[in-house]
Amino acid sequence: MSSDQNKPRQSIYDSTAPSTDTRDSRIGEGADDRFNSKLREAFGSTPFILTKFDKFMNWVRGSSMFMLQFGIACCSIEMMHTYAIKHDLDRFGAGVPRASPRQADVIIVPGTIVSKFGPRMKRVYDQMPEPKFVVGMGSCTISGGPFQEGYNVVKGAEEIIPVDIHVPGCPPRPEALVYGIAKLQERVANGESSPVVVKPYELEQFGDLPRDELVQKLADDIDEDDLVMRYNWADSP
Amino acid sequence: MSTGLEPRRQVGTAVETTEEELAELIGDRALSRDDHKNAPGFVIRPDEVQDVLFDLRDEAGFDHLSCLTAQEYEDRYESIYHLKKYADPTQEVSIVVPTTSDEPTSQSAEPVFRTADWHEREAFDLVGIDYEGHPDPRRILLPETWQGHPLSLGYNQTKPQVVSLTEHANPIQPDQKDAESDTMFLNIGPHHPATHGVLHIKAALDGETVVDVEPDVGYLHRCEEQMCQQGTYRHQIMPYPDRWDYVSAGLLNEWAYARVAEDLADLEVPEYAQVIRTMGAELCRIASHMLALGTFALDVYGDFTAIFQYAMRDREVVQDILEDLTGQRLMFNYFRLGGVAWDLPEPREEFFEKTRDFLDELPAKLAEYDDLITGNEIFQIRCVNTGILEPEVAKQYGCTGPVARGSGIDFDLRRDDPYGYYENLEWDVVTEDGCDNYSRVLVRMQEVEQSAKIIEQCLDLLEDWPEDDREIQSNVPRTLKPEADTETYRAVEGAKGELGIYIRSDGTDKPGRFKIRSPCFHNLSALEEMSEGEYIPDLIASLGSLDIVLGEVDR
Repeated sequence: MSSDQNKPRQSIYDSTAPSTDTRDSRIGEGADDRFNSKLREAFGSTPFILTKFDKFMNWVRGSSMFMLQFGIACCSIEMMHTYAIKHDLDRFGAGVPRASPRQADVIIVPGTIVSKFGPRMKRVYDQMPEPKFVVGMGSCTISGGPFQEGYNVVKGAEEIIPVDIHVPGCPPRPEALVYGIAKLQERVANGESSPVVVKPYELEQFGDLPRDELVQKLADDIDEDDLVMRYNWADSP
Repeated sequence: MSTGLEPRRQVGTAVETTEEELAELIGDRALSRDDHKNAPGFVIRPDEVQDVLFDLRDEAGFDHLSCLTAQEYEDRYESIYHLKKYADPTQEVSIVVPTTSDEPTSQSAEPVFRTADWHEREAFDLVGIDYEGHPDPRRILLPETWQGHPLSLGYNQTKPQVVSLTEHANPIQPDQKDAESDTMFLNIGPHHPATHGVLHIKAALDGETVVDVEPDVGYLHRCEEQMCQQGTYRHQIMPYPDRWDYVSAGLLNEWAYARVAEDLADLEVPEYAQVIRTMGAELCRIASHMLALGTFALDVYGDFTAIFQYAMRDREVVQDILEDLTGQRLMFNYFRLGGVAWDLPEPREEFFEKTRDFLDELPAKLAEYDDLITGNEIFQIRCVNTGILEPEVAKQYGCTGPVARGSGIDFDLRRDDPYGYYENLEWDVVTEDGCDNYSRVLVRMQEVEQSAKIIEQCLDLLEDWPEDDREIQSNVPRTLKPEADTETYRAVEGAKGELGIYIRSDGTDKPGRFKIRSPCFHNLSALEEMSEGEYIPDLIASLGSLDIVLGEVDR
């Protein structure tokens, strides 16, 4: 191997400014200044890059994800640590949490989902614009975790919304969550999506439920048009 | 090993009420005695509840309704009112109110103690006892449309349930406005950055003034009591307390279970283990108060970039130390009945050095917080004289911990009902008389200093502890089966206040009834008193200063 090959590129040892040698020799003297944007200087040799639009969009999506600020239970403490000093999720382009679901791309579900909260989480998820992604954080969002046998606990976030990445742990360490997010970014950049493996509980109008014993009993308390979620505990995994 | 320090005794002002005096006071109203391990118990008729409680409160000075436990037996329902004195919590009495299985109706204690309001709603919700004369007999933790009472006998968990979304009505909808006045109904939460989790607050506003506020809890009710009733005493229950107050206060919560179970089964804890417990618990208190401080600054200034991050930075250090000690960052599961799981990490010198480094840097950091927070004029304008909670009101609502101490109530179970190694150490109980949001923040910041003082003394003790005397666990039987129908209620000073547990054993290796007395549940119920008539931003500040954690409110 010649020593030239081992030498770093000129741009690294000389100066940090973008190299324009190739471009200059191609365009020659007197080229139109209009094309000399910052971006073009960055690309160097040619004003064009060739890629598929889908691929480009996926790369953009994966590299700039807006998280929803969404705290449920214990895991949200570790999630806060992931956002904060030391672990600093922002380094991975998965940024500062957004307070409104309408601005968010990714929802991290950090905790146990109970019957009363299920419909509300579904609503928050529905309010997010497409395309949207879900990271389930901790054992509770996988199966109900240590509370699985509870009378009030939904056995995993997937019973209500589709989940792209499961991060196991009780709670997962911040490093584990960072890894989960990085994996999600990788999948998004590759344009992969996750199959929905569980038929989720839906929000339905009360009037549309089959008229079984329970529905008859509640008929006085709930309006026909009210949205409800019906939990069939016996069918839960 | 002796520390050379005299155990500090409380300078109690409370008049001691002997058992004979109690028996005389209750007189014929006591049908029989049902003594618990922690306190004398008197069985009374369900229509004399108010009568007896009024007498106990006004004549014997039992001004603290610590807890209300409801349970169903094969042949009856039972409500137990655990009473204490704020001036001396070692004086306790239990009032047992049995009702028949067919018609479980008991008189409400709400006129005597405001805090009975939420307690009796919970008892109705989970066990199914009706309280006559209750101002607001609704479910509290489970959805309104829930069928059955899950902690009653014969509840079928596999039956389907329907939960509605109507509580989430759009506040701008015309039917939410009262046509006569111009008040507006506003939903805050259950998913909202300022509610510290999944709390739903229904607020009615007149302009910017809060005229009515009602916290709606239960969005994180994950059946902690049921989980603990399904676990065996020895190992299966200890992981759950970590998850009640999950703001890194794990060891403080574990101590609540350790204390009650050790009391129930008469277990000894070696002195060395007590010192480790004390040190670990105070580290947890620091971590917990740091988060309270950071999120409070977030609530009041919306400051995510400076103070919040500083607080998280300091928490990281504490969590590192705790991880070295226990092996986990957040859910420690480190206490065992009769001691702790293992000794300090080797090499011990390294652990001592790391912890001392943290303690050495702490005063400078606290000075920084003082500059940033308590010395800041904007902060003072927001917090001084807002969210007033008068001591008498706080007692009515059963407030404890920094919330009570910020209202000038000198109540700290570490000193007043000593456990662990606290009584051999030099430290002070911090109180502030301001009764406002500012005082509560000050109390927490000063408690961090006191905790640091305690940890330092523990480190000194541990460093000099003779090597052949480092017993971390006493001899505990493999299977614990406390005698049937032993009942006890024991509390410790958690990060948020009096964290108590009631256990009734039924002769098996699992508890017959496991009831958690959560300090946040009581503190949150006082929100109404603190924020009505104030501006809506002050409601958010008051909520932040209560430092609630929904895992513990809902359990």
